[in-house]
Amino acid sequence: MAKSDVKLIGAWPSPFVLRAQIALNLKSVEYEFLEEALGSKSELLLKSNPVHKKMPVLLHHDKPICESLIIVEYIQEVWASSGPSILPSDPYERAIARFWAAYVDEKWFPAMKGILGAQDDEARKAAVAQVAEGLALLEEAFQKISKGKSFFGGDHIGYLDIAFGGFLGWLRVIEGMGGIKLLNETETPGLLKWADDFAAHPAVKDVLPDTEKLAEFSKVVIAKLRAAAAAPAK
Amino acid sequence: MADEVVLLDLYVSMFGMRVRVALAEKGVKYEYKEEDLRNKSQLLLQMNPVHKKIPVLIHNGKPVCESLIIVQYIDEIWKDRAPLLPSDPYQRAQARFWADFIDKKLYDIGKKIYTTKGEEQEAGKKEFIEVLRVLEGELGDKPYFMGERFGFLDIALITFYSWFHAYETLGNFSIEAECPTLISWAKRCMQKESVSRSLADPKKVYEFLVEAYGL
Repeated sequence: MAKSDVKLIGAWPSPFVLRAQIALNLKSVEYEFLEEALGSKSELLLKSNPVHKKMPVLLHHDKPICESLIIVEYIQEVWASSGPSILPSDPYERAIARFWAAYVDEKWFPAMKGILGAQDDEARKAAVAQVAEGLALLEEAFQKISKGKSFFGGDHIGYLDIAFGGFLGWLRVIEGMGGIKLLNETETPGLLKWADDFAAHPAVKDVLPDTEKLAEFSKVVIAKLRAAAAAPAK
Repeated sequence: MADEVVLLDLYVSMFGMRVRVALAEKGVKYEYKEEDLRNKSQLLLQMNPVHKKIPVLIHNGKPVCESLIIVQYIDEIWKDRAPLLPSDPYQRAQARFWADFIDKKLYDIGKKIYTTKGEEQEAGKKEFIEVLRVLEGELGDKPYFMGERFGFLDIALITFYSWFHAYETLGNFSIEAECPTLISWAKRCMQKESVSRSLADPKKVYEFLVEAYGL
């Protein structure tokens, strides 16, 4: 398949874009990465995702697919014969993977943003506690789902590894910022090891953003989140 | 081995109704358990400890949570009949995208209609109609959202139809006047037994909201 048949609109710091990149790598799909300039949205992005105007957008034969987790399922379905399945083959296990991915997006990620956007120490502490609570749930889920193997997907990286792992760079940035070990030996021993295995995986290591580079970039994000929080409610 | 299927639900919940429609489409027999959300059952708390919400499908003792995840699960388990998701990956991605859009927007915006007044309520009504118009645009002149066959995306949206009477009464506006094509689609869906038997009586939805929100 020609490289230009598959394009990904994205930007290097985005955990959501990262999910799509990892999935494409897992399936050994060659693609063209269309990097968005930070702080502005290209014509192509606005045209391809008029509803949300967000990245990532996968363009396959110029047809857009939006929303990172939907993109990941699409990649699995189109390139099913290439590499191991990203989603579990058992419908119940699939439902569980989708449940936790939705949890990460709807509950855990907002708490992570809460840490970055916290206006003061008290707010930050509360947000950290929320994130830690979420990690405890994910640790429990990991123990159950991985069944002693390295990943949520078992021997191979799967949908939930990708969904949660997309945030690994940001998790490390936040740990660095606060000098806290959100993933640690006592509370999250499984996830602690998982994180290293995930980061070292061939489909991940070349696209996982460098923590220092991300930390530098986080200053921009923090400023934006704080400004949004301080602005009067619409 | 006989399947044991239990649904923990709330009669008026548009999310619970999605599961009821899916089960009806597949002709699956199940035990329905109505929850009192002000006094949640031990079973619900045990089966959905993370969110403590309905609907929860319990299949042979194992819980599945989140309405659209449940609908996909139902489609995958009872895959020999009435397919809900299209078979083409691009069409599936589109169906999932729009179902996700509905989940991100419709309930919260709709809530503004009955929890706010004056200018805020007017803005809420406007936003609500805008969302419906976008969906109407997606429907186009097709009988159902993905084409000739009733499916996943129709299920995701049709259950909100049972709330339209409440929205209209409490918001003092007509959805049909604003989105006639969508209402035609809704009435078409309601001709299906799986839909008409699964949706709550709109009057009961209205009464529920009046009581729950002291309106």
